[in-house]
Amino acid sequence: MQAKIKTIIEPMELKNYETVFILTPLLNDAQMQETVEKFRQVLKENGADIIHEENWGLRKLAYPIQKKSTGFYHLVEFKAPGTVVDALELAYRRDEKVVRFLTTALDKHAVAYNERRRNGEFKSQAKKEEVKG
Amino acid sequence: MSLVNERVNKPENRQKYCRFKKSGIKYIDYKDGNFLLKFVNEQGKILPRRLTGTSLKFQRKVAQAVARARHLAILPYVTDSLK
Repeated sequence: MQAKIKTIIEPMELKNYETVFILTPLLNDAQMQETVEKFRQVLKENGADIIHEENWGLRKLAYPIQKKSTGFYHLVEFKAPGTVVDALELAYRRDEKVVRFLTTALDKHAVAYNERRRNGEFKSQAKKEEVKG
Repeated sequence: MSLVNERVNKPENRQKYCRFKKSGIKYIDYKDGNFLLKFVNEQGKILPRRLTGTSLKFQRKVAQAVARARHLAILPYVTDSLK
């Protein structure tokens, strides 16, 4: 019963999401920024709160996608109602500059983890591993 | 001289444990490829619980994280020389 009442009062329940997309390496810097800005707009138009953004730069892919072996990785963490995800993924599919994307809902542990990650708690570890490898 | 064969190198009976439970990790990040490498073999296949000692709950999460990492080309689907 309580859950029902809650949905009536609060129809737009917000959830935490995280999306990673890979852009084709053929773009120059300005084009890349432009594309990222476009998706940012899509998110904002649909009422999403962008919590965090990361640009991982040009990274090597573990296997070739569309005959390319590198790609620009971008990560966006946002809080939004579920309808946003459809709109965002539709925008990804329509844009041929996007070679791969993944949107995941975050549970409470993931939110806590991302908070710590943002504060750079895991960076020192990652660096150590890089030195080893 | 005893006639019963004795094991030469008696293996230590080391108890397996789940590293997530032990160290209190609750979320497995699919973006951290280096960490996920611990749970796959040289060919990129996910290692069984019987080898890693991971509990069922976290094995499911490991599998989910590896699947996501593969989709994003952070880990390979198939390979010959990962390590």
